[in-house]
Amino acid sequence: MSDLILETRDLTKYYGGVHALEGANFTLRRDEHVAIMGDNGAGKSTFVRQITAVEQRTRGEIIFDGEPVNFNGPLEAREAGIETVFQTLALADDLDVPDNIFLGRETTKWDFLGPFRFLAYGAMRQATLEGLERTAVKIPNIRNKIRNMSGGQRQCVAITRTSTFRSKLTIMDEPTAALGVQETAQVENIIRNLKEQGDPLILISHNMRQVFELVDRIVVFRRGRIVANLNRDAVSPEDVVAYITGARTGDEFAVAA
Amino acid sequence: MADRSAYGTGGLAFDKSRMTWPNEVNVFLALILLIGIFELLGQLLPYMNNQSLLFDFNTKRDGTILNMARIKIIILQVSIIGIIALGSTQVIISGGIDLSPGSIVGASVMIAMSFAQTELVNGNPNPKAIFGPWAMDLPVIVPILVALACGIAAGATNGFLIAYTRIPPFIATLGMMVTARGISKWWSKGAPVSFPTEEFGLIGNGLGGWMPVVIFVSLAALFHIILRYTVYGKHTYAIGSNEEAARMSGISVSRHKVMIYAIAGMLAGVSALVLSSKNLTAQAGMGLMYELDAIAMTVIGGVSLAGGRGSIVGTVLGALIFGVIISGFTYLRLDAFYQEMVKGVIIVSAVVLDQWRQRRAAART
Repeated sequence: MSDLILETRDLTKYYGGVHALEGANFTLRRDEHVAIMGDNGAGKSTFVRQITAVEQRTRGEIIFDGEPVNFNGPLEAREAGIETVFQTLALADDLDVPDNIFLGRETTKWDFLGPFRFLAYGAMRQATLEGLERTAVKIPNIRNKIRNMSGGQRQCVAITRTSTFRSKLTIMDEPTAALGVQETAQVENIIRNLKEQGDPLILISHNMRQVFELVDRIVVFRRGRIVANLNRDAVSPEDVVAYITGARTGDEFAVAA
Repeated sequence: MADRSAYGTGGLAFDKSRMTWPNEVNVFLALILLIGIFELLGQLLPYMNNQSLLFDFNTKRDGTILNMARIKIIILQVSIIGIIALGSTQVIISGGIDLSPGSIVGASVMIAMSFAQTELVNGNPNPKAIFGPWAMDLPVIVPILVALACGIAAGATNGFLIAYTRIPPFIATLGMMVTARGISKWWSKGAPVSFPTEEFGLIGNGLGGWMPVVIFVSLAALFHIILRYTVYGKHTYAIGSNEEAARMSGISVSRHKVMIYAIAGMLAGVSALVLSSKNLTAQAGMGLMYELDAIAMTVIGGVSLAGGRGSIVGTVLGALIFGVIISGFTYLRLDAFYQEMVKGVIIVSAVVLDQWRQRRAAART
């Protein structure tokens, strides 16, 4: 078994004439936390959407857990073990915490009833509590509707969704963009927890301090291409800014850019 | 590890002040209040001679202290539209709207009744016969299946249009409303279809006239369980709550919508069976405006037109509020126009109260 959980080769996505992502070669080890940085429109979210199969790629290969994969939709990616916290969170406001965590893959009983099979509320509640404990997320009442929760609590529910299913790879798209100081700290603690448990993570973030505190490696996107692959300990925030803005390009990527 | 209770984790206390009682409780209180007002008017108005709306303490009449005859009428007169409202509830919870069930009833009664006719009326051939002798005196299951099939076909068409052409539900079901009414008038060129078999008449008149109530209540119980405890129900709420999130979670939203509208259509078919059987005839104008009464019942019952919130229990209570208003006005011997005025006011106030309650709940957290 290879020690890479994810590898992309020449991953490319065109929207009509727009080259949103061009020839991305990316690797992630099984215990690694990697940040993806870049300006708006640099291709970060596009990159994530190809991996999670929210969109279908134009060309290229994705190798996940040692196998080339072709997911037809986000649910297949999820079933294979790629859990994503989308920027929009993808929570249903009128449902409570377990409902949201299990949305689309409910634990059920009496499956012979087809679409009318019954929900195993007890089991889902139990798994939710265990997931919350693993991430050390504090939510006063899991029967509360998402509508009545703060931004931080919502984010925590979205993140807990990933840990409840013991995913093989977690992707977070700007998880703290809309959060206050304390809530950001809570989310960062969850990320540290994942690191301690040795779970791989792709973190998309604009927050330089956060990136330098949390991840092992920084990959910089610019205008649809990967322009740098940096070891956190070997660079300074100023270097990263230079790569993001285009003042500098990594040697091995010079031709491409 | 963190201390854990049945509802919370992480050492935070379960905050009771943030709990709100279910909206159905409010609707129930409104129902009680309404009954109270009618009882009070019965005592106060001089010409009423201290009559009561629901109570009848002469237990010799029906063995209870309740006026069972009136209670039966209250439920009976909302049962047929109530069955439609069960479907509208699901459609509205999923964030849609269905304007077609009234017309689907119109088309279904005509078509189903054509398969329920009896050959001889008082020894003479059936004067309203639609088909030849082959369609006469068929077993009662035939018109039942025909009505359900009509409803499902019309509902599924709605669903397909909404899910796959992405036109707004309002337009798709408006089209079905006009089309189905056209079918209903075209079927027998406007003539009524009458003289059903005796068994068919039992659907709306069986069990001493309680049959429609039994059908309504059992369907309500069934769909209450389905909406609350099954995957179908959970996904219906999820789609109405956040369709994009539902899609991202891997729910096949399009397929689910077809199912919701098909079920709503099927319930319109059931309603058509009960209605035509109860009246022993089918007419092209049957079911006119039923969809609006059904939507009003769901809205009074606390179903949010924005989707995601509401329940069958609420809709049943909303239907009962309708029934109490109609019966109450008859019992006070007031003209029917006042009923409509009050119904209108109640529909609007139900929504205003609900929004006010939502805002207050949002402000608390």
